[in-house]
Amino acid sequence: MAQTALKPKSSFPASGWKNWIGVAPFFLFAILFLVLPSLRLVMGSFTDSDGRFTFANILQLFQEQAILDAYWLSIRISAATAVGGGIFGFLLAYSVTVGGLPKPLRSALITFSGVASNFAGVPLAFAFIATLGRTGFVTALIKELFGVNLYQQTDFDLYSFWGLSLTYMYFQFPLMVLIMAPALDGLKREWREAAENLGASTFQYWSKVAFPVLLPSILGSMILLFGNAFGAYATAYALTGGRLGIITIQIGAQIRGDVLHNPGLGYAMAMGMVVVMAISLMGYSWLQKQSERWLR
Amino acid sequence: MNILSKIRQIPFWSWFWFILGALYFLLPLYATVNFSLRMERDVIGFKAYIRAFEDPEFLETFLYSNMLAFLTIVASIILIVPTAYWIRLRLPEARRIVEFITLLPFVVPAIILVFGLIRIYSSPITIPFTEINLFQPLTTFEVGTDILIIAGYVVLGLPYMYRSVDTGMRTVDVRTLTEAAQSLGASWFTIILRVILPNIRAALLSGALLTFAIVVGEVTLASFLGVPAFGPYLFLLGQHRAYEPAALSFASFLMTWLAMGLIQMFTGGQGQTAGTH
Repeated sequence: MAQTALKPKSSFPASGWKNWIGVAPFFLFAILFLVLPSLRLVMGSFTDSDGRFTFANILQLFQEQAILDAYWLSIRISAATAVGGGIFGFLLAYSVTVGGLPKPLRSALITFSGVASNFAGVPLAFAFIATLGRTGFVTALIKELFGVNLYQQTDFDLYSFWGLSLTYMYFQFPLMVLIMAPALDGLKREWREAAENLGASTFQYWSKVAFPVLLPSILGSMILLFGNAFGAYATAYALTGGRLGIITIQIGAQIRGDVLHNPGLGYAMAMGMVVVMAISLMGYSWLQKQSERWLR
Repeated sequence: MNILSKIRQIPFWSWFWFILGALYFLLPLYATVNFSLRMERDVIGFKAYIRAFEDPEFLETFLYSNMLAFLTIVASIILIVPTAYWIRLRLPEARRIVEFITLLPFVVPAIILVFGLIRIYSSPITIPFTEINLFQPLTTFEVGTDILIIAGYVVLGLPYMYRSVDTGMRTVDVRTLTEAAQSLGASWFTIILRVILPNIRAALLSGALLTFAIVVGEVTLASFLGVPAFGPYLFLLGQHRAYEPAALSFASFLMTWLAMGLIQMFTGGQGQTAGTH
């Protein structure tokens, strides 16, 4: 019976290309609002001011120091928050899954992570200004407890590399928690028992069994975090008002007005971002396949 | 000895990381609330909240953003549900390409998307190779800009909405339901509206709430397309006020929490995540 329900050839005659009409609206939408805008940027980056084909914009991308600096700053911030958020998120996910904390803490952490990973943009920036800004709560707390004025006695500045990284961490490590908690659940009890029966210590179990199994999934998630930070615009703009020259902010300035005095270079900058994002997504999906060998 | 062994059983490092995480979560929230309650000197009060909510521009932009969110959700459902349904029923060979498209928004971040959208739709659209104008540039009139921004939001929400809907359809037997409805004489429209939609309502709701969380506070598309939405309003308010933005930030946090809480309630599963950071 189930077999016949799966293959009801009589009531659903296969009629080839006509079936594609059913998904035509979706493709039309995707072409109009996703493919065409992206293609426009790609074409723009290979066009000079007279509308002729050129590689000059792409070459100039690698010669303009300000642009290279912007990419490099974005990459550093994204990598720092991906690795930092990744490690911290993993440890948190570990502590509520196999780490032996009470069950209610787990659901509390998962719920909070769901909220925090979606809490971004302007409100997040304002929250961090109230926390670590010049008159922020934690700034005052540190001054009172340790007698250290963050802004006068140290190099710290919320509107700099470290400040933006700390702010990004607020949505980065919760995302890691959300991805890693199910992966840690996927570690089979039998593996641990088998390892223990063979005389393995806890450290040996983690370094020889659990960690290698989890590694592709950890690395893949970190790549996801990297992309998450790399494409971020609103949080950085609200926090620094456009003063910190990460690549998204430079592109934003180019959209508002042709600050580079070469529209083609602006398109090339945008395309460079898409290339970085595409490489990370490919890396992610490759690692995802690796991790599916053991964890489901 | 007994007490000692009990102490040893306490997973010290687990607690350490958990408490550290809890502090990271809570301190910025506490700081924001604390700040927002101190608008009047030496008094703890809700003055900043009253001021913020009294501003007519707040209500206007907030309602406008809610309208955008609602229309985005409706448009995504109209676009995605029939597509996912059709792929399951008749066109499994389209699955890979459609899934690929729904992942593209991860590669094209909001700032790049809006760059492309502005460049394409700020000039009149002509039929290729002719000089005939199909319609006015979308960015030059209000309805056109609204269409553009809603389309942009549908794109941003595409990965989450598609995955929700597809997961929802996996749990119902689409084929049998369709056959049953067809044998009773239902049209395609009736089948989708009255058979498929009610069966995946939990998945739809979770996708819708996630889309809502993305759209209501969104800044990038809204500010570059110049629409009077809540995100840009909050940003501008922050440029020349101190306490009201803190109050509204905390209110947005509560709203995000409400949306995520509802998702958990309806799906009972792991939290989901989206975001336009």
